[in-house]
Amino acid sequence: MVAYQVDGWHALGDPTRRAIFERIAERPRAVGELAGELPVSRPAVSQHLKVLKDAGLVVDRPAGNRRIYQLNPDGVGALRVQLDGFWSKALATYKQVVEQSTEEVT
Amino acid sequence: MTTQAQEASVRTQIVVEAPIERAFRVFTDDFDRIKPREHNMLGVDIAETVFEAREGGRIYDRGVDGSECQWARVLAYEPPDRVVFSWDISPQWQIETDLSKTSEVEVRFISEAPERTRVELEHRNLGRHGEGWEGLREGVGGEGGWPLYLQRFADMLKD
Repeated sequence: MVAYQVDGWHALGDPTRRAIFERIAERPRAVGELAGELPVSRPAVSQHLKVLKDAGLVVDRPAGNRRIYQLNPDGVGALRVQLDGFWSKALATYKQVVEQSTEEVT
Repeated sequence: MTTQAQEASVRTQIVVEAPIERAFRVFTDDFDRIKPREHNMLGVDIAETVFEAREGGRIYDRGVDGSECQWARVLAYEPPDRVVFSWDISPQWQIETDLSKTSEVEVRFISEAPERTRVELEHRNLGRHGEGWEGLREGVGGEGGWPLYLQRFADMLKD
């Protein structure tokens, strides 16, 4: 594995951050909304958002006195994360298929 | 290699207990079984994914109603060592018709032992997709775009 300075895949290794990311993926959300929907304190949500933001997965913008978080449309971070998941899953299935066919032959 | 180039690609690898010839053949012949099924740009369920095993071949999904969705072109086909295909899918999970905005996937097969093969996959030039992302600023939350796709992705992560 290549070690990235800000690794989106690693950033999503934490289940709470993944839950936050999934909700932001559905639609842009404010910190307060996320804290209301998840069993996590508001400061903890902010901390998780910072990690997602550092990984290039989300961006924030001010809206009145709130900050709205949404997927980062400019970065390739979110794209990398989804393709990483896609290919990891594909290769895991591939290993099963190829080793199954080995057994069939022998 | 620059940091930027690294960030614009995805690499993953796996070691399989099979000779290199079979490892290569299964990847291309059984691609239908390998490709995660939830990735579907057709309006109907996928009956099969066809991998035309030759340079210039196509990779496409065929729906249960006979409709087809071609999402890749085979750029190099060199059994049993290497296969390269394009990725003509935009970040919004739609077919990208502007080929300058497509990325590519290289799969290399390296024999480690008579019955063991390492398979390295690199999906590179992801930045090419990024060039079109500016226009997505407003559309990113639109119906059927990222939200739909990422829900699928999120479901996948739960597996």
